[in-house]
Amino acid sequence: MKIAVPVNDNNTKTEICPSFGRTPFYMIKDTVSNAFDFIVNEAAESIGGAGIKAAQLLLDKNVEIVLTPRCGENSAKVLADASVKLYRTQGNSAMENFDLYEKGKLEPLTNIHPGFHGHGG
Amino acid sequence: MAAKIAVLSGKGGTGKTLVSVNLALAANKAVYVDCDVEEPNGHLFFKPTTIKKEDIFVKIPSIDKNLCTGCKKCVEFCKFNALAYAKELIVFDEVCHSCGGCVMICPQKALNEKDKFIGTVKTGISENVKTITGELKTGEASGVPIIKNLLNKVKDEKELVFIDCPPGSACTVMESIADADFCLLVAEPTVFGSHNLEMVYELIKVFKKPCAVVLNKTTQEKNPSEEFCIKNGIIIFQKIPFDQELGELNSNGKIAVRENYSKKSLFYDLLDKVREAVK
Repeated sequence: MKIAVPVNDNNTKTEICPSFGRTPFYMIKDTVSNAFDFIVNEAAESIGGAGIKAAQLLLDKNVEIVLTPRCGENSAKVLADASVKLYRTQGNSAMENFDLYEKGKLEPLTNIHPGFHGHGG
Repeated sequence: MAAKIAVLSGKGGTGKTLVSVNLALAANKAVYVDCDVEEPNGHLFFKPTTIKKEDIFVKIPSIDKNLCTGCKKCVEFCKFNALAYAKELIVFDEVCHSCGGCVMICPQKALNEKDKFIGTVKTGISENVKTITGELKTGEASGVPIIKNLLNKVKDEKELVFIDCPPGSACTVMESIADADFCLLVAEPTVFGSHNLEMVYELIKVFKKPCAVVLNKTTQEKNPSEEFCIKNGIIIFQKIPFDQELGELNSNGKIAVRENYSKKSLFYDLLDKVREAVK
């Protein structure tokens, strides 16, 4: 199973990025091999619909669990349609949150924000 | 063919509608186009008799789930990220820009276009003025398709056209001024007003449109918008004073040149300058 966290840097000491859709990287843990991988979020530079593209990117990587401080409604819809589960992170360390999740200490993320889309024309 | 004059400003509430409504009525015959589709209010002054109302639609993709194989070619193609593929294809209507690309690219022909209602356009008449008003459905993201429809109606117009633009300098404003022959920039006598005037003036320069400024709500005090005009060599066509009589008429939905406003010559004088500029 693969678990993804939006992160600021591509090293294991990285902090979590507060934006799910426009985070620069995702840190992904494979729970079978216990290996970590970092992927560049190609959606970050999108003019619009970044969250949708970011969610698609994770689906294409077969991610099943996302740990994130927050998530917009469009990304949440894409992830939910693929039965990806969302959990709310605690504190800033990405690494600690993988542990917290595996110990069952993270709560499901339920308050999905309406997103920052729809501005301009 | 008569000229099209766009009336615009960097912020809301500066007097775009005041200026365009009065100019349209002052002209012997004119067309007033309300492109401020998120909050059209010119009709509150004109109280036009509606002669035609039409619904405006944009095209969005609809999926035949039996034909879709999940190849994701459409998802990769969509530059607006309006499509995603989870267990099946998801379309985000409000993100879609109606480009039709996904329909063209689908190898299975699983995508077709369907209409989505986004607002209305009403054509009406008020004395010597023909009014055309666009109204975007609340919650819709972009008024651009409605503005295109509005301006298409006056493409070959023989009379003078006044385009009441949305506030700001974003896509809807660019669409509104694209066909204009002349731009009238309305500005308030504040630092904030002059900052917004500067933004909209930058836009006019990009579009290389001839323009002039109307200073609204002027007082005896220092006017940062006037200073901006002098510094940049922008012609000031008129100064409309901060005036209780005009304020009361306007807030009661009355058009100054239609009423007994003591300074209505301000608008006739402005109209003469505009006519001269577009001759």
